[in-house]
Amino acid sequence: MEKKKKFDFFDRPENIRRLWIFLYVFCGLTLIPDFFTHREAHFGFDGFFGFYALLGFVSCVALILFSKLVGLVLKVKENYYGK
Amino acid sequence: MASNFPPAALLILGALLVPLFTGKAKSYYVILLPAAAFFVVFQLAPGSSWHTHFFGFDLTFLRVDKLSKVFGYIFTLNAFAAFIYAFYLKDNTQHMAALFYIGSSLGVVFAGDLVSLYFFWEVMAVASTFLILGRKTEKAQAAGMRYIMVHVFGGLCLLAGIVLTISETGSIAFSAMTERNFGTYLILIGFLVNAAAPPFSAWLPDAYPEATVTGGVILSAYTTKTAVYTLVRGFPGWEILIWIGCIMTIYGIIYALLENDARRILAYSIINQVGFMITGVGIGTMMSLNGTVAHAFCHIIYKALLWMSAGSVLYMTGKSKCTDLGGLYKTMPWTLIFGAVGAASISAFPATSGFTSKSLIIDGAIHEHLAWVWLVLEIASAGVFLHAGIKFPYFVFFAKDKGLRPGETNKSMLLAMAFMSFLCLFLGVFPQPLYNVLPFPVHYSAYSFTHVISQLQLLMFSALVFFLFLPLLKRTETISIDTDWFYRKGGRLVYQAMDLSLNGINNYSDRIFVKGVAGFLARFARDGMARLALLPFVTYWYLKGIRFKRLEIKKSSLYYNLVRGVIPAGLGAAMAALFLVIIFLLS
Repeated sequence: MEKKKKFDFFDRPENIRRLWIFLYVFCGLTLIPDFFTHREAHFGFDGFFGFYALLGFVSCVALILFSKLVGLVLKVKENYYGK
Repeated sequence: MASNFPPAALLILGALLVPLFTGKAKSYYVILLPAAAFFVVFQLAPGSSWHTHFFGFDLTFLRVDKLSKVFGYIFTLNAFAAFIYAFYLKDNTQHMAALFYIGSSLGVVFAGDLVSLYFFWEVMAVASTFLILGRKTEKAQAAGMRYIMVHVFGGLCLLAGIVLTISETGSIAFSAMTERNFGTYLILIGFLVNAAAPPFSAWLPDAYPEATVTGGVILSAYTTKTAVYTLVRGFPGWEILIWIGCIMTIYGIIYALLENDARRILAYSIINQVGFMITGVGIGTMMSLNGTVAHAFCHIIYKALLWMSAGSVLYMTGKSKCTDLGGLYKTMPWTLIFGAVGAASISAFPATSGFTSKSLIIDGAIHEHLAWVWLVLEIASAGVFLHAGIKFPYFVFFAKDKGLRPGETNKSMLLAMAFMSFLCLFLGVFPQPLYNVLPFPVHYSAYSFTHVISQLQLLMFSALVFFLFLPLLKRTETISIDTDWFYRKGGRLVYQAMDLSLNGINNYSDRIFVKGVAGFLARFARDGMARLALLPFVTYWYLKGIRFKRLEIKKSSLYYNLVRGVIPAGLGAAMAALFLVIIFLLS
């Protein structure tokens, strides 16, 4: 056990902090090109700055909350059908 | 000579020889068969052959065009990888069932008419059931039974539709349906049952996760994708499919988010992905149909890869529930890496196969100015990353370390996963070979700067939401009620209702008629006459002044004699005389 160094990169709090920073920075980076390029709007409402970022964020929040809501009704114990 | 040999026949006949091989030879043999079938598909020349006359119909077992060929390629390619993955498996039943199943799915794809299509369709249903039963658990047995019942229902719809269509048109040809009548809608329902479209969807997440480790990998590819093939062939541009497809994409995500079992998450994500394909069929333009076929092609690869990854975890730990798993990155790094490639592909990350195939469908919606359809597909794309792209790898390989230290899975499994990962990345970077085999000419590139940036925005912000909302996504030891409730619980409730109502009536009738009326009649038949006969005697004795105890004794002694028919002859004669006197007086 002692000889072989355990690989636990993703368990260490300092690394988790770094991953969070990386995630925020990456999200920020994807927004930068929107300052310089003009994306063609397909339907008139989808051409503004950061449209896809907003779409991704809002739709995922909505999906999670909606699934939580229906989960109140649909989720049952594993032995619901017996056995 | 082999330029027009049906690839289905190669696998089905080849399956019969499986028991003749033992040990490693068996494993090599089953890998070799689909490889040979791939070659057979490759050199098939366009046209139709293998005609047979059957009950007045001209059946065509081999119709070769670009559409059937591209499905032939991916079916055999996936089978090749799946059997490498299953190298450790020596179970004749599972190997033969898998070969029959894959062979008959090729039969469906190359069938030139509705009758031979139906034949292979049913063989598929039966053969695939054995991949579920092969797990040999009680749950798998029950799930297998439900699975076959649903497919029997779907098959019956298809058969009824085919019969109606043939009697209407007089033709058994299977081509794009133009008439919208009861017959064609029944055929559509038959196909949609296999495509796992709601409300006929619950069989998939019910049955596939109960299958064996390798069975799950094989099942994930064929049933739903042959259905996609038949829809592309038979129902392009039927706009109802747009709505069904859109519902499937969202439905799959919602259920996958609620789910705890890793393989069940992947099962729901099949429904989500098939939703994209069916939407493409509904749009029905050359671009969207190309998109559907390309997406089916890529989906088979990355979905098999994901099932392989989840299967390896199940194989090594015996567990598949998120609440039991976690922290496996420490001991199964390769399974994680390959699984992550599959997860990135299903999420359509740039440089993976999902990006180059799904974009065709989404752009197909844009070209047709279908704003709502486009929006749903984009929302669903974000949701795919949420449930299959991050949730699956996160809860299995990271999250909370559950102390499992299984070690890496066996080499053949890793080899198969490496092969599939390579294909995911290759088709993501060089999609042209795939575009070349699509049914219609492709003039398209997914890699414009703005497209890549938009996709990265969509995905990264979805990832952000996942980790921000992680407390809400904590797994619970639950399952979710799906439409199978109606035949699992609902059936039982109907049974109970029937039990209460019908058996209630039964009990009531029993009380009134059997125990009541019939009982009375039975008692009357037994001693009614004796009691009648007692009447004059008791009256006579009473008048004579015989009372109380003595009367009781005389009464019971006479009753005893009457019932047993042992009345003294004199008494009988006296009775007869008495009756004669009464009759004489009354007349």
